Amino acid sequence: MCDTCGCNVTPGNEHLATKKNERGHDAVTVLRDLLSENDSQAAHNRAHFDERGVLAVNLMSAPGSGKTLLLEATIAALKSELRIAVIEGDLETENDAERIRKQGVPAHQITTGSACHLDAHMVHEALHHLSLDGIDILFIENVGNLVCPASFDLGQHRNATLLSVTEGDDKPAKYPVMFRAADLVLLTKTDLLPALDDFDPARAEANLRALANPAALLRLSAKNGSGLDAWLDWLRAQRAALRRRAGARIGLRPKIQPDGARLHRHGSNLKFRGLG
Amino acid sequence: MHELSVCQALVRQVEDIARQHDAGGVAMIRLRIGPLSGVEPQLLEQAYPFACAGTVAEHAALVIESLPVTVRCRECGAETPALPSRLLCGACGDWRTTVISGDELVLASVELCVTPAAAT
Repeated sequence: MCDTCGCNVTPGNEHLATKKNERGHDAVTVLRDLLSENDSQAAHNRAHFDERGVLAVNLMSAPGSGKTLLLEATIAALKSELRIAVIEGDLETENDAERIRKQGVPAHQITTGSACHLDAHMVHEALHHLSLDGIDILFIENVGNLVCPASFDLGQHRNATLLSVTEGDDKPAKYPVMFRAADLVLLTKTDLLPALDDFDPARAEANLRALANPAALLRLSAKNGSGLDAWLDWLRAQRAALRRRAGARIGLRPKIQPDGARLHRHGSNLKFRGLG
Repeated sequence: MHELSVCQALVRQVEDIARQHDAGGVAMIRLRIGPLSGVEPQLLEQAYPFACAGTVAEHAALVIESLPVTVRCRECGAETPALPSRLLCGACGDWRTTVISGDELVLASVELCVTPAAAT
């Protein structure tokens, strides 16, 4: 099946795909995801990770919620057990990649200029600068932003979304697209909770469930190390899941991919699906 | 914010389709967008003239069909409308639902101006 170039339109089904309308224009039914170009590249990236048995985790959050500090703590804790590489995304500076390299692991910095998100092509380009030989886990630290990164599949296996307790427990309700896509939510900076009596972790979890998302919500502080073990166990479990799926027809994927179920198999779309 | 990227991807797709059909121009582009796609139709409309300038889609009208959010309850089976930030079952209130509409970001169809030479 190919639905990128139109080769699936045959003389037999062409009448379904194109028809002249009253203005004399050829109306062409497409029903294709707007980001299909990005999604194809993302699928290519994912295949690349699958072949090498590298678990790719996309870290997303608002700026300043502690993604880089979490990575530093994670690398320090897993140093003797797993080999880690990191792709960093920021608008400007090499600062984060330099912090990661100081931990002794390879890191490549993507500077997006003014782009507010990473896309699959940027990650593909970054992979040309980062050897995955012998790597167990690749973290992709997305641009700090709770809006745009949620719409672009990068080829990751899992989305981990951070919510720091200095933000607000209603963040999942305010940014539903982002938190709906999370395979795991990490409540960070919990060492500050005693000083923040208006942040209620239970309320944050209720707002996450209201998005029909069953993802686990783990509380941790990368600063004092509390709760870090549950996160490390989650990473180990995802790696085990990736290995179990090796060679399977459908490998490990995020629960909701940005390209997920947009072409729902129901209603008026149904009659055109035969074209695919 | 990322609507310009989305628009540029849209224009590239439309250009490909126009090329496949030897079309001299594009009259209309129809999109279907749900609020859970993360793309704002209004921002897309504003970005569109910049993305299509100088392309075969330059004069195309952009028609965006906004789709409602609908969930199906995995507990009671009801299909009910929902809000983007509250995807609970409207019948029994359970949170274990599946979104069946509202996350679309789809190029539904295009209307092409096929030149007489190409049409024969």
